[in-house]
Amino acid sequence: MTSYVSERMRAAVGEVVDWRVSFPISASDIRRWALAVYYPAEPPREFWDADLADRERGGLVAPDEFNPFAWMVADRRKPVIPPERRDPDRLEKAIGLPGPGLRHQINGGTEAVYGVAMRPGDVITSVTRLEEYRERTGRLGRMLITVTEVTWTNQRGETVRTGRDTSIRY
Amino acid sequence: MNREARVGATFTTGFRTAGFAEWNRFAAVNDEFVPIHMDDDEGRAAGYPGAIGMGRLQWSYAHNLLREWLAGEGRIVSVALRFTGPQLKSVDFAPFGRVAALRGEEVDLDVWIEDAEGRCSRRAGRR
Repeated sequence: MTSYVSERMRAAVGEVVDWRVSFPISASDIRRWALAVYYPAEPPREFWDADLADRERGGLVAPDEFNPFAWMVADRRKPVIPPERRDPDRLEKAIGLPGPGLRHQINGGTEAVYGVAMRPGDVITSVTRLEEYRERTGRLGRMLITVTEVTWTNQRGETVRTGRDTSIRY
Repeated sequence: MNREARVGATFTTGFRTAGFAEWNRFAAVNDEFVPIHMDDDEGRAAGYPGAIGMGRLQWSYAHNLLREWLAGEGRIVSVALRFTGPQLKSVDFAPFGRVAALRGEEVDLDVWIEDAEGRCSRRAGRR
């Protein structure tokens, strides 16, 4: 059985495969995120009531898992090979490699260690490093599991979040 | 919610459902208008009974549970969540937590998301 992981892919383990710089986080970004993840309930006031947040938390704070990179970013690593939209080979194309060409990609898991909170005005930089490829067979057939290590820092160089993301392609 | 910090104590935000109303709102803030989350035919083509919910939204539901349990007293230090099954439209599910260990000022929690028949779709730990 041919491996999904080419020699060139295997040699790329450890490389930085992506970096991004967010636009400054706005209070509206935080409010909308909270509305979405608590819907249909009203989100906690700490995410949208600036007066309460000032009194209790020194200002608005984003939910821990808030993503400041959705939709657009201020700057990012330019992929060596431009990917298609929702391209499962995006990671490999970013560093100039042909990917395995699998059709589907789903989220296999996430780990996060949280540092300082994200607040309005913060600009977050994310650096993603390829940590591991694994192959295994499951309910969806033969799958390629890719683990990336991610570090987020703010404009002061403080660590916001470190962790790992696992994707499953099949 | 039971906020008792005793090893073995369990807590939940209760059963709920999610579907396109929730998934569209999340897609709007997380750029996840992905066919597998938006279209039942695409979900079936990918091997599921229909469209499936976003893993990142389940990640948020786990954080909501932790925030409610903390009730402003403390912060989330770390979370790990493994996605073990799809979340399907309009199927009841509930995030659960259990106090696993007390370590000084830190509490280890097991967190999981379970459907009404006891099947887990997500497992997590938080410290």
